[in-house]
Amino acid sequence: MPLAKLTATELLGQLAAGQVTSAEVTRAFLRRIEQVDGQVHAFLKVDPEAALAQAEAIDARRAAGKPVGRLAGLPVAVKDLLCTRGEPTTCASRALEHFRPPYDATVIARLKAADAVLLGRTNMDEFAMGGSNENSAFGPTSNPWDLSRIPGGSSGGSAACVAARMAPLAVGSDTGGSIRSPAGLCGITGMKPTYGRVSRYGLVAFASSLDQIGPLAQTVEDAALLLEVLAGHDPLDSTSVDRPVPPYTQTVAKPLDGLRIGLVREHFGPGLDPEVDSAVREAVAIYTSLGATVKDVSLPHSKYAVATYYIIAPCEASGNLARYDGVHYGHRTKQPADASETDSALVQMYRHSRAEGFGPEVKRRIMLGTYALSAGYYDAYYLKALKVRRLIREDFDRAFESVDLIAGPVAPTPAFPLGEKVDDPLAMYLFDLYTISTNLAGIAGISIPCGFSSTGLPIGLQLQAPTFEEERLLRGAHMYQTATDWHQREPELEIAS
Amino acid sequence: MALSRDEVEKVSLLARLALSEAELVTMTSQLGQILDYIDLLGEVDTEAVEPMAHALDLADVLREDEVRPSLPRDEALANAPKRDDECYRVPAVLGEG
Repeated sequence: MPLAKLTATELLGQLAAGQVTSAEVTRAFLRRIEQVDGQVHAFLKVDPEAALAQAEAIDARRAAGKPVGRLAGLPVAVKDLLCTRGEPTTCASRALEHFRPPYDATVIARLKAADAVLLGRTNMDEFAMGGSNENSAFGPTSNPWDLSRIPGGSSGGSAACVAARMAPLAVGSDTGGSIRSPAGLCGITGMKPTYGRVSRYGLVAFASSLDQIGPLAQTVEDAALLLEVLAGHDPLDSTSVDRPVPPYTQTVAKPLDGLRIGLVREHFGPGLDPEVDSAVREAVAIYTSLGATVKDVSLPHSKYAVATYYIIAPCEASGNLARYDGVHYGHRTKQPADASETDSALVQMYRHSRAEGFGPEVKRRIMLGTYALSAGYYDAYYLKALKVRRLIREDFDRAFESVDLIAGPVAPTPAFPLGEKVDDPLAMYLFDLYTISTNLAGIAGISIPCGFSSTGLPIGLQLQAPTFEEERLLRGAHMYQTATDWHQREPELEIAS
Repeated sequence: MALSRDEVEKVSLLARLALSEAELVTMTSQLGQILDYIDLLGEVDTEAVEPMAHALDLADVLREDEVRPSLPRDEALANAPKRDDECYRVPAVLGEG
């Protein structure tokens, strides 16, 4: 089998056994990128020479009998919002097109320490705002299963590159579904860990109380491997939690005895595509056949999740993105700075730099957040949303008293055509209705492939677990992959010569 | 709730965004639609509910105040669109000039 088709776990085994070199593995993925990424556009930047140089250095260390890291020689793709010293970190925005961070994000430092080969930077919705990857300033990514459709977002490039076998592993970030949704729509595995499980230091912030970094992979086993490297306390992020990281790869293959699965009554209402509905129910039937018991649970406030999120996330974004002012780094307008009747020359410079740097969705969210936080509206919007957020969290706490995992759809439909919702932001927001509450509650969630539509598009199953129960979540998700082979399907792409 | 074009223009100043007339018109209608949807929260009784600003119940996280090297000035200035040897350069803030 060609190297680029293997899972990360298989590749790591071959690397450790000396059956292949990292240079060979890296070359295989670089060739695959050359062959298919012209159609998919999952990557914003690939530097083949730099990737091969890393691979050869690791090969040399291994050949000399020196110790190597946990991911030694394995290529990993990274969403283009993780600061990497001296490398462009664009967030798919004109505002940061030429920005080269002076430091490494903790997650990047951990990948380097694990001797991963940093393969390339993946495309995304600008500043991680969006669910379709159409908000990238550098052009959208296509779904490898149907190039005329969205890959999902905002980690669409990370999901598409794994689905198209251009990388064995990818790192993404998830603020309202941005790992799980594209993983579901592209037919791969993607996990949002508990808030606080992975350091956010050096992750370009969108909504700081919701953002979390996580793995995208072909299999749950591979996601466990990558999470093991990413997770852990970091003194540089005070919201990263100081708890031991369980050895996920050692436990992932152990089935959960007496597993109790909750099906959320509210998730199976109007708006859910019938094919998604039946694929999810069939997935739950597989769990029953594996010995799990299934019961209905209710999350009565789940219907308020989208409204709550679209106050809290834009409010936090409007503050976080205030730093892009054309002064310290990022885009600065070339327009002459002249004071107008209302604005000083400095304010004019800010306003034009930001207007030129940001795309429409980012502007919309900054405006929404600024409005909701402005004098007279704070209590009605922001404070109200924070209160509903607690009710959403309490719904989960109550549900997890009687079940171990919650199962349901990732998205209401399979991937929709590129362009279909670009002029209807609200319709785009409502597409996230099943994933958003995970972030509001701060719990963990994973998306695994559970079938295909009659038109050949992947369908995802979402599993959710209480805070810091990643081990349970991975074991539960892996059980499903031992009984099914959806995760082994791959899209057929034309090979460019 | 309906928003007026003038309100949107005021918010664009607070947000430090220069919006074209066409953008103001689109933004007014789109923000209005989104806010109409968000009004759904009005039906939730939150009278006795504590706000939840964060997923973790963290108290202040403190560390020893140790002196460590900071980012060298040249590196901090390296990405500046406009700078001199020591500082970021911006248009005049005081007076006109």
